[in-house]
Amino acid sequence: MMSDANSIIPLIAIIAAAAASGLIGVFALTRRMTLAADVISHVALPGLGLAVLFNINPLIGGAAALILGALLVWALERRTRIATETIIGVVFAASLAIGSLLINSNEELLDALFGDFSGLTLLEAAIGIIAGLAIILLTIFFKEKFTLAFISPDLAKTSGLKVDRLNLAFLLMFVITVILGLKFLGVLLMGALIIVPAAASRNLARSFNGDLLIASLLSLFSVLAGFLIAERYGLEIGPTIIAVASLIFFVSVFFKKQN
Amino acid sequence: MENSILSVKNLGVSFGDQTIFKNLNFEVKRGETTAIIGPNGAGKTVLFRALIGSISYQGEINWAEDAKIGYVPQRLDLERQLSLNLGDFLRLKVNILGLHKTVIKEVLNLVHLPAAKIKNQLSYLSSGELQRALIAFALIGAPNILLFDEPTAGVDVSGEEQIYQTLHHLQDLHKLTLIFISHDLNLVYRYADKVICLNRAMFCFGTPKETFTHPILEKLYGSRIMHHLHQDDE
Repeated sequence: MMSDANSIIPLIAIIAAAAASGLIGVFALTRRMTLAADVISHVALPGLGLAVLFNINPLIGGAAALILGALLVWALERRTRIATETIIGVVFAASLAIGSLLINSNEELLDALFGDFSGLTLLEAAIGIIAGLAIILLTIFFKEKFTLAFISPDLAKTSGLKVDRLNLAFLLMFVITVILGLKFLGVLLMGALIIVPAAASRNLARSFNGDLLIASLLSLFSVLAGFLIAERYGLEIGPTIIAVASLIFFVSVFFKKQN
Repeated sequence: MENSILSVKNLGVSFGDQTIFKNLNFEVKRGETTAIIGPNGAGKTVLFRALIGSISYQGEINWAEDAKIGYVPQRLDLERQLSLNLGDFLRLKVNILGLHKTVIKEVLNLVHLPAAKIKNQLSYLSSGELQRALIAFALIGAPNILLFDEPTAGVDVSGEEQIYQTLHHLQDLHKLTLIFISHDLNLVYRYADKVICLNRAMFCFGTPKETFTHPILEKLYGSRIMHHLHQDDE
C-alpha cells in the first residue's frame, strides 16, 4: 500500500495533518476548549450529510459546515459570554442529530464518523498538504499572540492585540485542521487527535516551545505508529491511531512534571 | 487638556439590564497617582476593563495620544498544567512588541524577581511572585501610565512596602502616571493625589482630604468606617 506515489502523497498529507493538529491542540488547551475541541468536529456531520444528499464531494460539505460552525461559535461567544463549551455543546447536539438524519446509509455514517483512508484522492491530498503546512506556519507565526489572548484577553488588549480577530483566526485554523483529518480519522476521532497529544505533552513539557515540539511529535508518532499497527494486524486505521495517542497520554501521566 | 493623560466623561457600564455604574466623570493628570476605592462589587475592576477597552461602555474615555498603558490585573486565572514558564510569559509581550530580549532582565530587576525564576512554571509561582511577574509584564514596553488592580492583594506586609517603593521609584524615574485600586485606605491616603470612590449608588472624585470625610466614607462603605484612617496625617 505504501509503495507508490498514490499512497505516498496521501501519507505526506496525513503527516502534515498530524503535526498541525498537535500544534493546534496546545492552543486549544490554553483556550480551555478541551471538550469543545472534541465536539466541534461533529459540526461537519450535517455538511457531510447534505453533500451526500446532493451528490457532491463530502469533504466540501464537511468543510463548509465546519467553517460555518466556527463563525457561529465565534459570534455566539462575543454576544453571550457563556463559556464556549456550553455553546459548542448545544451546536454539537443539534449537528449530530441533523447529520445522522441526513446520512441515511449506515455505512456512510460509519465512514463519516470514523474515517475512510482509502478514499483520499491525489487532489484532496495535495490540497491537504498545502493547508497543513499553512496551518503549521501560521500557528508558529501567531504563537505568542494566541497564547496571550487566550490566557488573558485584558493583557492582550493592553499589549495592542486584537483579541476578537485572534479568536476568529484560531477557530478557523482549528476547523481547517479538523477538515485535514476528516477523511482518514472521521469526525469522531479528529478532535481526539488534536486534544490527546497536546494533553500528554502538558504532562511532560517544561516550557512553551517544548510543549509545541512535544505535542506535534507525539501526534506524528501516534499517526505513524497507528498506521503501521493497523496495517500489520488488519485493524481500522483511525481508531488504532487514537488508541496509540491515548496510550501515550496514560503513560505520560506517570512522568508528570513536579515543580 | 495637554496636562491630562486621561479624561472620562459620563462613563457608564451595564451588563444586560444590570447597571454597574453610570455618569462617571474624572480626569487624570500626567505624573499623578489616582486611587480607586469602594466596597467589593462596586465595579472597580469593571472600570479598569472599560478603560483598557476590554468591555463595551457608554460615554467617553479619552486617552492622550501618547498614552501607553501597562495593566496589572489582580490575578491570572491559570491552569496548573500550563507549560508557560516565567521567561516564556514575559517573552510573549517582548516578541509581540518587537523588543530586544534584554528587556526581560531589566523588568525583572525593577520588580526584584531573581533571574533564576525565569525557568519556573508560571502556575507554580507564589502569589507574591506572580504579582511581581505581572508588574514586570506591565512594565515591558515602557508604559507611561500604569493601571494596578489591588497592587498588594496576596502580598505580605514587607512585600507590600517593596511594591510601593518600586512604584514610587518608577514614578520618579519615568514620570509614570499611576491609577490603582485599593482596599487599604491608609495606603491610599499616603500615596494618592486623587481619589475616585465608587459604589452602586454613588461616585466621588477629589483629593484624599476632600473625599475622606465621614459622610462620604459612610455612604461608600456603609457604617463600618475606619476611624484610625487619619493616623498618618501630620
